Amino acid sequence: MMEFCGKSVYKGIAMGNVLVLKNQDYQIKRIRIENTQEEIKRVQQAGEQAKEQLQKLYDKVVKEVGEANAAIFEVHQMMLEDDDYLEAIHNMILTENVNAEYAVAVTGDNFSKMFSSMDDEYMKARAADVKDISERLVRNLSGQGDTDLSAMGPSVIVADDLSPSETVQMDKEKILGFVTVHGSTNSHTAILARMMNIPALIGVPMNLEEIQTGMMAVVDGFQGKVIFEPSQEVCVETEKKIQEEREKVQLLQNLKGQENITLDGKTVNIYANIGSVSDVGYVLENDAGGIGLFRSEFLYLGKNDFPTEEEQFQAYRQVLQTMASKKVIIRTLDIGADKQVDYFNLGNEDNPALGYRAIRICLKQPDIFKTQLRALLRAAMFGNLSIMYPMIISTDEVKQIYAIVEEVKKELEEQGVPYKVPEQGIMIETPAAVMISEELAKLVDFFSIGTNDLTQYTLAIDRQNEKLDDFYNPHHKAILKMIQIVVESAHKYGKWAGICGELGADAELTETFLRMGVDELSVAPSMILKLRKIIRELDLSIEK
Amino acid sequence: MKKFEYTIKDAIGIHARPAGLLVKEAKNYQSKITIRVNGKSAEATKLMAVMGLGVKCGQTVEVEVEGADEDTALEGVKNFFETNL
Repeated sequence: MMEFCGKSVYKGIAMGNVLVLKNQDYQIKRIRIENTQEEIKRVQQAGEQAKEQLQKLYDKVVKEVGEANAAIFEVHQMMLEDDDYLEAIHNMILTENVNAEYAVAVTGDNFSKMFSSMDDEYMKARAADVKDISERLVRNLSGQGDTDLSAMGPSVIVADDLSPSETVQMDKEKILGFVTVHGSTNSHTAILARMMNIPALIGVPMNLEEIQTGMMAVVDGFQGKVIFEPSQEVCVETEKKIQEEREKVQLLQNLKGQENITLDGKTVNIYANIGSVSDVGYVLENDAGGIGLFRSEFLYLGKNDFPTEEEQFQAYRQVLQTMASKKVIIRTLDIGADKQVDYFNLGNEDNPALGYRAIRICLKQPDIFKTQLRALLRAAMFGNLSIMYPMIISTDEVKQIYAIVEEVKKELEEQGVPYKVPEQGIMIETPAAVMISEELAKLVDFFSIGTNDLTQYTLAIDRQNEKLDDFYNPHHKAILKMIQIVVESAHKYGKWAGICGELGADAELTETFLRMGVDELSVAPSMILKLRKIIRELDLSIEK
Repeated sequence: MKKFEYTIKDAIGIHARPAGLLVKEAKNYQSKITIRVNGKSAEATKLMAVMGLGVKCGQTVEVEVEGADEDTALEGVKNFFETNL
């Protein structure tokens, strides 16, 4: 058994035979050519053939996953016609008397390096496209054409990296999973894997020499690991997981597209809680009405320095565009307490849960906050965004936030950068916010109740402390009463109120929440359809 | 020789697809069309060179048109920027 961890691009589980795709190590030889005109003609023919292949790929992808994802192959066609690229190849053949394959490979390398050295994430990723077209030309020149993958059996594809064209050429019914050594979560391959709902792992530190076509493999996208030649035990366990997944899919088939409506006609929004861009596919797959809590911390955690405005903007934009017109509520950074990041230099606190965290950091260090707000306001142009501020205890804080938003707005205006100020709401997670919820409701567009912190602060119980388990009651009347107060305050001023803490997914309380008039429940993606099922079987007209 | 300036409004700047369309547009004219930004320049008929400029949202490019059909070329290219970028 060999086990490796990687970055999961799509959460799913699969088991099957491995198909190792080796980048047919183009041991491209430099050969001296006398008839250079003939070599240039060969490049032209290979180019024509490539354009035809790309047109076919384009048509296939449009049919399977839509035009937006196919545009890349249109760009590939245009790149193949690029004057500089072709001239560089021709010049090399003419001046150095080299074979076409060699000239294409070297030129491809040079252009790909130009892109990978740019300081823009988007342009950096284009290096893979240049590499892809150059490899295509070399394959055509050597008479190999497109690798024929149409005849393969159901397989777990293992490779160093996959080019977008390799990914889409495969018969998607037969791909059980992808496992690659390289690749980024923003690569086309990752995006396509998500679109096609295929478990995929990238950045897996495996040695391709040790892995052979035909080996058995388990790809577990939930745990981000792949196991080659699994033991009997693992196989049985995986079978069980696959079966469970299948049942979930069945549930999903039956409930997908259905409304969250009770028997007596009351509807409620069920949104998803997520913590990274790669979870979005999971949100859509589970048919969430939107994203009710997008934790922006992933941009800050595991880094050595603050994320740039551009980095944040790209992440937010990607989520908004993928979610199309569905609501996406992004919570501004909630660092501190249990989430520590070195470069924030927060220092040790005796009582971190009651300490310097979340909005308090943002108001004290407005530069950090402004960068995030700029990225959010710019991204708001691309979808249905709402911004949510955590850990609020006073109306003053909200007013200070608005003043900073106003400054950001003015700066963007002056710089001629397109932006939009979206809906803005707050988390209700302190007893203080509950007590002044009427005043807060006048100021903000919505409330989302964070029940984890609210419970901890109300009951004065540290949930990490096992000794307190006997005292802890998540259904404590105090909490339920607080939720009731918050919902009433919101409704009094025509605002909506939701729950995004763990309690929101508590099936025992769904009916109670609906009776209270809660407008939205934001839960883990895997809970969405379960809640939908419960709601569709409720009848609130029957008095209890 | 004629020139105009334009500030990019497209949120991701001159990315691959509009760059490709720009090249197509520029190839309709005989005039030599040059795009300048931040001290770098590229001919508008060359896709990878245009992408290589890495023009971002909010940056101002200078477009220079020189040749027999420079009036129509300027109008066409300007119109392209205004509608696509």
